[in-house]
Amino acid sequence: MAGASGTLDLRGRSASARFEENPATRDNPWARRIILATSLAFFALFLVMPLAAVFVEALRRGLSVYVAALTEPDALSAIKLTLIVAAVSVPMNLVFGIAAAWAITKFDFKGKQFLITLIDLPFSVSPVIAGLVFVLVFGAQGWFGPWLRENDIKVIFAVPGIVLATVFVTFPFVARELIPLMQAQGTEEEEAALTLGATGWQMFRRVTLPNIKWALLYGVILCNARAMGEFGAVSVVSGHIRGLTNTMPLHVEILYNEYQFAAAFAVASLLALLALLTLALKSYIEWRTAQQGTVGDTP
Amino acid sequence: MVGVQRRILPGFGLSLGFTLAYLSLIVLIPLSAVFLKTATMSAGALWEAISAPRVVATYRLSFGASLLAAAVNVVFGLMLAWSLVRYSFPGRKLVDALIDLPFALPTAVAGISLTALYAKNGWLGQYLEPLGIKIAFTPTGVLVALIFIGLPFVVRTVQPVLEDLEAEVEEAAASLGASRWQTVIRVVLPALLPALLTGFALAFARAVGEYGSVIFIAGNLPMVSEITPLIIITKLEQYDYAGATAVASVMLVFSFVLLLLINLLQEWTRRSARKVS
Amino acid sequence: MSIAVRDITKRFGPFTALDGVSLDFAPGKLIALLGPSGCGKTTLLRIIAGLEWADSGRVLLGDQDASDRHVRERQVGFVFQHYALFRHMTVFENVAFGLRVKPRVARPSEAQIRKRVDDLLELVQLGWLASRYPTQLSGGQRQRIALARALAVEPRVLLLDEPFGALDAQVRKELRGWLRRLHSELHLTSIFVTHDQDEALDVADEIVLMNKGRVEQVGAAQDVYETPATEFACSFLGAVNRFPGRIRGDELELAGDWLPVVAHGIGEGEKAIALARPHELQILSIDSAGPGLRARVERVLINGPVARIELKGETILNGTGSYPTFEAEVPRDRLGGLDLKVGKHVRLSANRLRAFPYQSL
Repeated sequence: MAGASGTLDLRGRSASARFEENPATRDNPWARRIILATSLAFFALFLVMPLAAVFVEALRRGLSVYVAALTEPDALSAIKLTLIVAAVSVPMNLVFGIAAAWAITKFDFKGKQFLITLIDLPFSVSPVIAGLVFVLVFGAQGWFGPWLRENDIKVIFAVPGIVLATVFVTFPFVARELIPLMQAQGTEEEEAALTLGATGWQMFRRVTLPNIKWALLYGVILCNARAMGEFGAVSVVSGHIRGLTNTMPLHVEILYNEYQFAAAFAVASLLALLALLTLALKSYIEWRTAQQGTVGDTP
Repeated sequence: MVGVQRRILPGFGLSLGFTLAYLSLIVLIPLSAVFLKTATMSAGALWEAISAPRVVATYRLSFGASLLAAAVNVVFGLMLAWSLVRYSFPGRKLVDALIDLPFALPTAVAGISLTALYAKNGWLGQYLEPLGIKIAFTPTGVLVALIFIGLPFVVRTVQPVLEDLEAEVEEAAASLGASRWQTVIRVVLPALLPALLTGFALAFARAVGEYGSVIFIAGNLPMVSEITPLIIITKLEQYDYAGATAVASVMLVFSFVLLLLINLLQEWTRRSARKVS
Repeated sequence: MSIAVRDITKRFGPFTALDGVSLDFAPGKLIALLGPSGCGKTTLLRIIAGLEWADSGRVLLGDQDASDRHVRERQVGFVFQHYALFRHMTVFENVAFGLRVKPRVARPSEAQIRKRVDDLLELVQLGWLASRYPTQLSGGQRQRIALARALAVEPRVLLLDEPFGALDAQVRKELRGWLRRLHSELHLTSIFVTHDQDEALDVADEIVLMNKGRVEQVGAAQDVYETPATEFACSFLGAVNRFPGRIRGDELELAGDWLPVVAHGIGEGEKAIALARPHELQILSIDSAGPGLRARVERVLINGPVARIELKGETILNGTGSYPTFEAEVPRDRLGGLDLKVGKHVRLSANRLRAFPYQSL
């Protein structure tokens, strides 16, 4: 969705102490207590409890049930498929993100702003519709349906469809992290590299890439989290064939609908761990870039 | 000016060409399929598909619950952003990092987890049920799920604006004799208004299209707790491609209008942020 | 190596940045491209470097036509206004960059690279900063590293875009002298862009004065200052007093008064604008005979060895509609003899007045 998912912030979080010590910005102690208590209660209710529930429910029936749920063949094949889908779709969007950011930030051309809006488009489309569009193009009744059937190629209710839907919903992640950063960095360093005799590739690898590596990693992490966790879009195109076209989130759904709650939460807990890892890495990168932004920044 | 002009930095043609081709193949052409398919329907059939009572009931729930959830998030999101920027308290960094959980947690996981909390015998449900409050498998459950997934949008749009707000503005207000309350209401909140509206619109747009976290807790009763994305899937499962596509195009048109609105709001946020600082 | 440009034109949309510019830069000189912002000086420098393509015209480096050569092949050293140091590399690696990206056959060995970089850091007197990162340096240090980096590839010419533009006054002054000395050691044909006439006069052998995409005047720094070719050249290179009037023989007629003037190329009886620098004005007693305008002392400011006197004319000059103001500079030791007080009436003359064709504004 446009503007959200927190673009990489290079400024670092300012210290709240600055506001608390200033008599003009200090809140009344009671107001402070009420606001803090309310917001933290809300935070606990809506964010902490759902997260905790995943792990508690996963282990409710004991560790052996937990381990069994993760090691049964259908679970393993769901894990494998999720990894494959991410391994294909993330690099695709990575390459796209770099290409798009390069064209948009290093050159001037008409319609640039419109192009940026189009790149953000998948964030404003419901995941269900993201799945639907590929059914309309590649499904049995779709544009290429008859041709695909004649040539015995399966896209919908098969892995290619899942990959396409995933690529669609994770489309903007890398590009949108890179564009603001590269815009701010300008073109002077690349020009300097060229005046010093670097070839286009040398310029990109030695100057551009090191300058964007953290934002790139940030985009990849967010892209990966969404790719592994996508449910709605994938659910439309997958066909839910156990052991074949089930990703982890779809496997969770099936187990849950079969009232195998502990198993469902066991698989869900893996995805929740992935989410926590994503947040940890995200915070680390934000901390790193904030550090770099401030170290000896005295001109 | 795409074309003849020679450029110094390499790779313009390649990168823009690849960008446009990839964008068209993955996003634009597939999306156009929705409208092309809808265009083949007769006006009568289209109208019937998008205005059937059961479909209209889903609009009412999807849009109503999304608006309400976004409004709840504006209030509590603002308080959370305020706490994170203005107050120091133990665990602030951890809270800050966890705000993005709804972005990172797969929606299906959020869905089953919220259901476990609010079901009749769940962690919270067991206390609420005796009070006559039913949440899971009712429209209220839909609201709860949409609050969950929309929360970071408001916090993350308001937070940076609040951080960039110069203390001097509030110092000036105080020096002119304003009480703290007057300063907040008349000086700080107006400066945050564009960001709050943007956050509201983003949370709303996300909520309208949300599927995974809702379907587990909603109960999905036709006419009562069925959301629009679900009706698309239901129609698909009944091989009613035309009907599914018709409803999808209604949602798409709505999303595009909302996207336009959000872009305008963000432009406003940027401009007013400049003006204030 | 000499540099020449022939008939260079460059447009950005409807804006003409350069309009048929032709110039020759002699080898070994330090040349300033001087002009107000938007005059096209930076664009010209970037076209010479190959960082911008001209719409038409040619760029000659030595006796080669470099117009179609990519910046990578032109072997020019370019120093960017904001330094453009590679922020993720140490100072050492920044300077070594140009050597490391050479094709394998031409690339020096690691030991040679080390030696060359150390020598260059010595040259810019910053050897002790080799392992620092650009963000850890001051502005002046960054500028010198940028210069060392440009020199590392043994460029045939050195191009500097507003080299002191982003620095504060003190450092700027220091670096000017340093660049002068460095140039006299290296004898590399160097062009630098500046909008600061003091800087151009202070540092350059030769000044190319530009305005609105055209060359106004080219010449040795002192010549351009002393004998400006146009009204723009005269007024851009320092403070001036303006006298709009009419040419009568060797005199400029000014609403009843007159001043002696050098008027070449302006016909008898034609309108002209005459310019004099503050130190070229003479303040005479009100009763003194000879040429001059009546004026009143408004303010006397003593600033070090020079006194600055602001005056208000007592006659309305041609086409201005208000009483003119003037500024004169007098050596402080001569101030006593003049006995100037605020409100005193004097006669104002000029020992040197340059007349240019009148252009209505």
